[in-house]
Amino acid sequence: MIARVLAIAGAEFRIQRRNRWLASATALMTLFALALTFAGSAPTGSLGVDLLTVAVASMTTLAVYLAPFLALMIAFDAVAGEAERGTLGLTLTYPLSRGEMLLGKFAAHLAVLAIAICLGLGAAGLAAWLAGGAGAESARALARLIATAILLGASFLALGYAASALSGSGAGAAGLAVGLWLVLVVLYDLGLLGALVVDGGGGFTRHVFPWLLALNPADAFRLWNVAGSQEVALVSGMAGAGAALPVWAAPLSLLLWPVLAFVLARAAFARVEP
Amino acid sequence: MTDRDTALAIAGLDKSYGRAQVLNGITLDVAPGERVALLGHNGAGKSTLIKLILGLIRASGGAIRVAGHAPGSPAARAATAYLPEQVAFHRSLTGREQLTMFARLAGEHPKAVAPLLERVGLTEAADRRIGTWSKGMRQRLGLAQALLGRRRVALLDEPTSGLDPISRHDLYAVIDEMAANGTALLIASHALTELEARTDRIAIMAGGRLVADDSLANLARAADLPTRIRLTAREGAADAVQAELGGTRVNGRAVELHCTTGQKMAQLARVSALGDAVRDIEMCPPSLEDLYRYYCAEERR
Ligand SMILES: Nc1ncnc2c1ncn2[C@@H]1O[C@H](COP(=O)(O)OP(=O)(O)O)[C@@H](O)[C@H]1O
Ligand SMILES: [Mg+2]
Repeated sequence: MIARVLAIAGAEFRIQRRNRWLASATALMTLFALALTFAGSAPTGSLGVDLLTVAVASMTTLAVYLAPFLALMIAFDAVAGEAERGTLGLTLTYPLSRGEMLLGKFAAHLAVLAIAICLGLGAAGLAAWLAGGAGAESARALARLIATAILLGASFLALGYAASALSGSGAGAAGLAVGLWLVLVVLYDLGLLGALVVDGGGGFTRHVFPWLLALNPADAFRLWNVAGSQEVALVSGMAGAGAALPVWAAPLSLLLWPVLAFVLARAAFARVEP
Repeated sequence: MTDRDTALAIAGLDKSYGRAQVLNGITLDVAPGERVALLGHNGAGKSTLIKLILGLIRASGGAIRVAGHAPGSPAARAATAYLPEQVAFHRSLTGREQLTMFARLAGEHPKAVAPLLERVGLTEAADRRIGTWSKGMRQRLGLAQALLGRRRVALLDEPTSGLDPISRHDLYAVIDEMAANGTALLIASHALTELEARTDRIAIMAGGRLVADDSLANLARAADLPTRIRLTAREGAADAVQAELGGTRVNGRAVELHCTTGQKMAQLARVSALGDAVRDIEMCPPSLEDLYRYYCAEERR
């Protein structure tokens, strides 16, 4: 089984490495992260935290949007595109289960995504350290940011496969992926915000809202990073929401999402007729 | 034939898409080392039959056993080679990388790849991306992946499409080699040409049914299509020849006769009895195309 998963992963990794779009997206993320690191140097003095702490707070916001987007763009073609081009049928006539095929792609895509995230966010950390604005505490925050961003990306990779398997064509899968991104990353938060305003600090705000936040992988990612570092929380002003939750809530959500989404994708893939 | 000597056994197979019945009670066996040509017009259901054997789609009724296993099971897939009708590979992989992936999936050592590329004449192009290849080159890569591993059944869906005559000749050699190694071959095609005539058995599909399943010689005998005999008479003897043998005058000196296989020798004896009244004789047995058309028309009646 491992040999077959690795065979798929090896080929898929090469395909992604030759994808020019992915290389430019990584470069763009690196630029963004660097810009945020140095643009954020203004408030450091007033808050009494170092340069990297501020950078981690702003990069958390950057990663919330970019990691899911990057992941979906890599993943949406995985099933629908192959079915459309006719490569899926031949591969599936080999003694390889659909789960193994999906796992192989997942491994390769996750590796590519991890490299992109490490490069992008790591460059900012390196720059801050060189500029003398990094300490042990903020370095730990950056490491946490990178690890959780990879988990967030993993969730959206698997969601992307599900979208890919559910839609009949590559174009349909791309549309579904963009929709997923919009709903989970943008509209979900807007909806919660609206509910908060309507509720006006009532029971919903205190008891339901934090759990709804933890339920969404993008918000769980934010919560985990904020709860992990008081200084980051201070800078991002998100300390309130996280405080109402047990510490395990956000990490559990973010760890479960990739697994559950993968199970969903596997089930959707089972119904695809190449 | 017991289950063990049939590499591929298909019994009473049905397949419908909605209300359209594409396959209707197909029964077909292929023994190890046997080459069977599966003929039928475009849309006759050949690719559908192959996809059912591969387990890529589900049958509406009937049964298939691939080397004794259910279609689509890991054991059946390990035993089956497939060359798709539209061979497609990842554009950004090189031929060597793509074939290496398939080798590893088939449980073969990556060392098997280089000789295979050599075998299908792709050594030179092997390290270029498949996106830059011609259709014929992709077809040959498709053939190379079908040669991976020790497969008991090979399903080739229109393998000659996109091949030039030399590549087609290589394909015949590959097919014969596979058969000699004991692989059961099912070769789908929409025409009866040289390739199909070289097989051991011909199965013809029309209207979702199998309308013929026999060796070429037996099919020709059963159809009993007439052989055309053309005689060139000595100058001035054409009338006498026609008076004796019947047939039709084609031009001033030629007479054309049609006779069944059974009558052929008797007819020849009568021709030679005419002595030097006949200067030349030409015999045209029914062509492959005639035969194919005959069986497809059979169904329509
Ligand atoms: N997925 C499908 N949905 C509906 N009809 C199909 C599907 N696949 C094939 N068919 C129909 O089944 C028939 C047989 O197709 P096919 O097996 O590809 O023929 P062949 O390979 O002999 O040319 C055609 O009429 C085709 O339209
Ligand atoms: Mg076909």
